[in-house]
Amino acid sequence: MGHKRRRVLPGFGISLGYALTYLGLIVLLPLAALVWKASALDFSGWLQLLSAPRTLAALKLSFGGALIAALFNAVAGLLVTWVLVRYRFPGRRLFDALVDLPFALPTAVAGIALTAIYAPNGWLGQYLLPLGIKIAYAPAGVLVAMIFVGFPYVVRTLQPVLETLDRDVEEAAESLGATRLQTFVRVIVPALLPTLLTGFALALARAVGEYGSVIFIAGNIPLRSEIAPLLIVQKLEQFDYAGAAALGTVMLGFSLVLLVAIALLQRWSGRWAERAA
Amino acid sequence: MTLELSHLHRRYAGFAALDDVSLCIEPGEFLALLGPSGSGKTTLLRILAGLDYPDSGSVRQNDRDLLAVDARERKVGLVFQHYALFRHLTVSENVAFGLRIRPRKSRPGRAEINERVERLLKRVQLDDLGKRYTSQLSGGQRQRVALARALAVEPDLLLLDEPFGALDAQVRVALRRWLRNLHEELGLTSVFVTHDQEEALELADRVAVMNRGRIEQIGTPEAIYQQPATPFVCEFIGKNNRIPLQRANGVLTGGQRQLGADPWPGNAVGSAIGYVRPEHLLVSSTPSTDGWAAQLRHIYLAGGVAHLELDVPALGQVLEADMSSDEVAQRGLQPGQSLVVQPRLITAFPLDARGAADAAARHVLQPQAAS
Repeated sequence: MGHKRRRVLPGFGISLGYALTYLGLIVLLPLAALVWKASALDFSGWLQLLSAPRTLAALKLSFGGALIAALFNAVAGLLVTWVLVRYRFPGRRLFDALVDLPFALPTAVAGIALTAIYAPNGWLGQYLLPLGIKIAYAPAGVLVAMIFVGFPYVVRTLQPVLETLDRDVEEAAESLGATRLQTFVRVIVPALLPTLLTGFALALARAVGEYGSVIFIAGNIPLRSEIAPLLIVQKLEQFDYAGAAALGTVMLGFSLVLLVAIALLQRWSGRWAERAA
Repeated sequence: MTLELSHLHRRYAGFAALDDVSLCIEPGEFLALLGPSGSGKTTLLRILAGLDYPDSGSVRQNDRDLLAVDARERKVGLVFQHYALFRHLTVSENVAFGLRIRPRKSRPGRAEINERVERLLKRVQLDDLGKRYTSQLSGGQRQRVALARALAVEPDLLLLDEPFGALDAQVRVALRRWLRNLHEELGLTSVFVTHDQEEALELADRVAVMNRGRIEQIGTPEAIYQQPATPFVCEFIGKNNRIPLQRANGVLTGGQRQLGADPWPGNAVGSAIGYVRPEHLLVSSTPSTDGWAAQLRHIYLAGGVAHLELDVPALGQVLEADMSSDEVAQRGLQPGQSLVVQPRLITAFPLDARGAADAAARHVLQPQAAS
């Protein structure tokens, strides 16, 4: 003890100070302002806000939809990453580049494009409607948009980890008698789980916060396909700043709880990598 | 359980990894596949494990066609160079893996699995580390976990791919002696791949020397070292001085000195290549016409053995001779001294017109001193 730990790169103090200041300015300050603004709402106002069926339905759709979309993305993203990393086929690089497209596209454009496809008279919508499947202007549309915007996060977090995954380990499992499914479930998934959870958390956060693409495809029917961020915008348009901030604070709290839970799960799933010899 | 590999061929895009390899592995034998990288040794091991398949040829175990058996049903224990442990499992869970994944019918009970894991961990001397994760172990410990994991499923055949390759020198020597003892205790047929000849010669009952997808020679370590069968084996195993020889008028000469009668038929005029081990070079300080005149250039003392670097003008090359360090001191050998060198044992191969050696016509010469 007592000894000062030597570091290769100097300036720990100054860089930590910079990082904290930066984090404070960019992240904490606006959030503090939000909470402060929300505190203008009195108790009955909170009660009214939180007991309104429309608020509850919107929160349920926002968070429930985001969870389902992130779960879907985790599974589909794992599959896509697997194909991109493990197989060599013509057009692989193009396919790989396409994954990033949801990052780059203005979300309103994405929303309009998705609506054009899934609307009752759209390319896919016209065939789905007779089957009783309504996507655009329905809760399912919200899901489609959330899946679209969150998808690249899972692929891009998993890709580097999957690339360095040792194939010897799979062969070892096979020669020990493991079936393909057992190798996947008992060897590959546990090794990828911490990373998969990171991708899941990112996709979830993105879906919760998504606004632009969702409002185009959702139809925004109150109690059915109205997301919480839209309610906030509506409150702003009615100059109900305190109400908007309060709803924002509620979303913030929910998100925080979810992200902390995922981080704990992640730590548990990666407990084997924590202390190296 | 004799394993019979016959006429195995395996090609990767334009490159023959295995070129007509036939081999018989006896029950309980410890066989080393030794060769430089790209010689096909790992391909051969992977075919035995069922992780790769030959383009043609067969692998039979008694009367069973092993190639028709899936890797996971071959009852083969596999140990990798980089351990290939399951990082998300503890040491005990790693060892138990092969048992826990069995279908319920053939899976031993929980207590039996635990007992077996404990016994195996004791055997590999890791009994108090069962609860650790593998990232907390040293390289030698990890490889022993890998070995215990492979042994847990009670394999018929143990395959080790460069098992000591990633370990540092001291651990490597200790672990390989330990492995040799373990093999003698278990009597399990084992095949291991290595590019380290010292490891192969020390550890194996038999060594198969491989080069360019072929087996150059297979035999006991003594036979491989004492009676190398091909020029490649001469050059790959141990040290050898490579000496050009001439054939003319029924006499074999080297460095303007007659070494004996031309052993090959045909009375041809031509050339040959001879290999002399450093320990088979007799070095004398007294001037004599029985050997090549040489000048001692340098003495490399390597512990108990001294390597003498000798410049031989008659051959136009430098030869290396070995003797004990004690002898060097006793005889007071000094760099710059003039000496006489005599080969006592030469492994010779005739060369054809294109300069290719004929391994089948190998001949061992023992030039006699004229005195």
